[in-house]
Formats: sequence, C-alpha cells, structure tokens
Amino acid sequence: MEVKEIIRPENLVYKRTPLLTDAYLSYCPGCGHGTVHRLIMEVVEEMGIQEDTIGIAPVGCSVLAYDFMDIDCSQAAHGRAPAVATGIKRLWPDKYVFTYQGDGDLAAIGTGETIHACNRGENITIFFVNNGIYGMTGGQMAPTTLEGMKSSTSPYGRNNETMGPPYKITELVAQLEGTHYVTRQAVHKPGPVRKAKKAIRKALELQKENKGLSFIEFVSNCNAGWKMTPNDSNIWMEENMFPFYPMGDIKVDGKLVNG
Amino acid sequence: MAKAKGAIVVDVERCKGCQVCMVNCPTDTIGMAEAVNGKGYHYAYMKDPESCTGCTNCAVVCPDGVITVYRVKKN
Repeated sequence: MEVKEIIRPENLVYKRTPLLTDAYLSYCPGCGHGTVHRLIMEVVEEMGIQEDTIGIAPVGCSVLAYDFMDIDCSQAAHGRAPAVATGIKRLWPDKYVFTYQGDGDLAAIGTGETIHACNRGENITIFFVNNGIYGMTGGQMAPTTLEGMKSSTSPYGRNNETMGPPYKITELVAQLEGTHYVTRQAVHKPGPVRKAKKAIRKALELQKENKGLSFIEFVSNCNAGWKMTPNDSNIWMEENMFPFYPMGDIKVDGKLVNG
Repeated sequence: MAKAKGAIVVDVERCKGCQVCMVNCPTDTIGMAEAVNGKGYHYAYMKDPESCTGCTNCAVVCPDGVITVYRVKKN
C-alpha cells in the first residue's frame, strides 16, 4: 500500500491538539516541557473544558507557557504561582485552575507558597516539572540537584556536607493534610507518557469534586543543562534520577500509598 | 491476521531533530534526514515507510508535537 493511500483523513489516529498554539516552542530539542504542555492540553481538550481552565505560568524555562497553551493564563512572580492560583480559584470556584512550575520555581524560591497552598488544601492542581537544575539561567544547582551532580555552581559535583542533600518536595507535601492526590510521573517514553496523561486527567477531574489539592511531579531531563544529547539525558535520568525520585503514586484519595 | 499499516507526517519546520521519536520507534521506521530545516535541524522522516504500523509511539513522545499518525487495517 502506498504511503499516499494511507495518509487520508479517515485514517488519522493522532495529531497535535489544536489547544497548543502555533507559537514555536522555546524549549531545547528533546526537553520534556513540550510533552507536558501537550499532555495537559490534550486532557483539557478531551474534557471539553478549554473555556473554564486557567493556567498560571511560572518563572523559568516555562515562563512563556501562556504563549503555547490556548487557554486563559496568568503569570506569577518567581515561585508565587500557588498564591495567584489560590486567589483565582477562590474567586472562580467553578473554574479549573492549575499552576505549571519548575523545580527552581516551586522547590526553591516558592517553597513557602507551595507548602502553605498544599497545607490549606486549595482546590487547585500543581504541575511540577523536576529536572534537577536551573535550566533557563544557565544550569545552576537547584535544591533537587542530585548528590555528586555537576552544575555551573557545583562544578565538582554537589557536596551534601556543604550544600545540603537534595530534597523531595513531592514526598514532603504528601505528608500535609490538604493534599488529596500526589504522584510522580515521567514523559520520556511512550508508556510513562500515557500514564502521565491519566494522572493529569485524574487531577483535573478531582477539582470538579472539590477534593483538595492535587500535585503531579514530572521527572524530566535538561539535556542542555546536563550537557548531554537528548537521548543520553533520558538514559542518565533513568539510571540516576529514578532511583532517587521513584515513579508512581505517593498519595491517593487523601491516603499515603506506603503509609 | 489483520495487520495494521501506518504512516507518519512530520511538520518539518517545527522538528528540532532531538531523535526521541527515533529511539522510541519499535519498528525502526524513523531516521533523521541529511538535509536541515529552516532552523538548521536534521528533521525526522520515514526512512523505511513499509515497516510503519501506525503505533503512535513517536507522536506521543515528541516534545514538539510535530508528528501526525495515520493507520489502516490491512487484511
């Protein structure tokens, strides 16, 4: 069968969601941010909630997220996205409100906002993309940088004695009463991508039921910051990030999975 | 047994040549073109169109969402 005969509208099985704008993604080749953007927009499209969804863009690589997602968006000061989301959700309780943050934004400068929004159990969704480094500003060490991992501010590798160990904010917020659904996902392979999409859908559906805060971490790569090719960075991530940041649900229906 | 036959269409100008689709293709259908697009990236293309089953693995992992997938059932 000729390729021309296959490429017909009736045979279409997958195409880019129209909820992603035509803007050229500003991310480096192979960066997981683009995949997470697409998954969120696919879920919003499938649920038919484009007009009722409000996203909060962070500061960092994904600062321009509002340019790529065709939904209502706001942009918050560095780390303050959960506070802005709190205000918007309280004014419009019927809207679906999510924040989209990186690890420098959520786990460093925004730790206070994150922990208190989670503790209050605001009925929002937090999407947290963790690549263990400050990507946009040139690969500096983040709180999530692994021990021994080289970055521009830890050129000999992170030393836990002088710089403190990396911390798992996802496990931390799971301990708080206000969180209802906490999970950790990845988007580097087809299987994990499909699982991550289900988690996104579950999180947004929980908002409709006013269950509390849902928190999804995506362990992702930063090939530019890690100084690797996209595929090497994905392999490195599997070998080094996943043992420290294990995949799977941490809290479901308000109960810790391993508690 | 019915065997699926597929094809992909790559949005050449959007492709950044990251090769994530290439390593995740179970049938080794995708290769990177020698030519470059307007941004200077070697874009993905079907190097072996006969082997494509339209499984959509390449499209779901593509960070830039440049791949469209078509599939027909062949008896």
